[in-house]
Amino acid sequence: MHSFVYRANAVLTFAVTVLALMCAIASFSDNLNSPSPSADVQVLNINWFQKSTQGNDEVSMTLNISANLQSLFTWNTKQVFVFLAAEYETPQNSLNQVSLWDGIIPSKEHAKFGIHTTNKYRFTDQGSNLRGKQYNLTLHWHVMPKTGKMFADKIVMTGFRLPEEYR
Amino acid sequence: MDWQGQKLAEQLMQILLLASAVVAFASGYAFGSFQTMLLTYTSGVVVTTLITVPNWPFFNRHPLKWLDPIEAEKHPKPQTASSSSKKKASKK
Repeated sequence: MHSFVYRANAVLTFAVTVLALMCAIASFSDNLNSPSPSADVQVLNINWFQKSTQGNDEVSMTLNISANLQSLFTWNTKQVFVFLAAEYETPQNSLNQVSLWDGIIPSKEHAKFGIHTTNKYRFTDQGSNLRGKQYNLTLHWHVMPKTGKMFADKIVMTGFRLPEEYR
Repeated sequence: MDWQGQKLAEQLMQILLLASAVVAFASGYAFGSFQTMLLTYTSGVVVTTLITVPNWPFFNRHPLKWLDPIEAEKHPKPQTASSSSKKKASKK
């Protein structure tokens, strides 16, 4: 600590160490938050349902997605990535996940939303297993913090069924 | 900066930085704003730098008292043994 440069170096290194400690505690403080998110999805219409030339089933549907994810936001949350996946079982695969819609929620004010949309990404099966298929619609989300650990969770909505015939 | 001043500067630096960290975290958590925490802490670091880095007069209140040159001459520096130079020579 005998010279200007030594003192400047000491202040800088200690300040950065303390900043890292603060960020670690901020990340830990996210564990104190116990979120209670809610979500509801309705399939309003099956626009069309057909077998493509490659032999894979493809569906187009109109969805009404409403969710309240405001409780996920803490002071250490940068944004939340949310996506809706159709999940079903086929003889080849025990779990198929097809992403139908996704979005980025930048702030708590935008975390309560209701969206009326067709599926943003194609709902295509690997094969032709979709006729009369029972499936779940699952709202997944990833909480991206400003510092520290990323959290992920989901809400599963069951009891959806595709039509028995192509249309 | 004298020895007492260096000790004071180091203790001041650590206390001020830790105190500003505690204040910054508490205010950031209370207001629910990460930016508030960072701004508070940054201003704390700037204040700490201004206080502890320059060589302010209050770090120089305990100057070292050197012995007079005459006093030093009464206690001559012991002569170093010449054997060490021989060893160096033998190694070569």
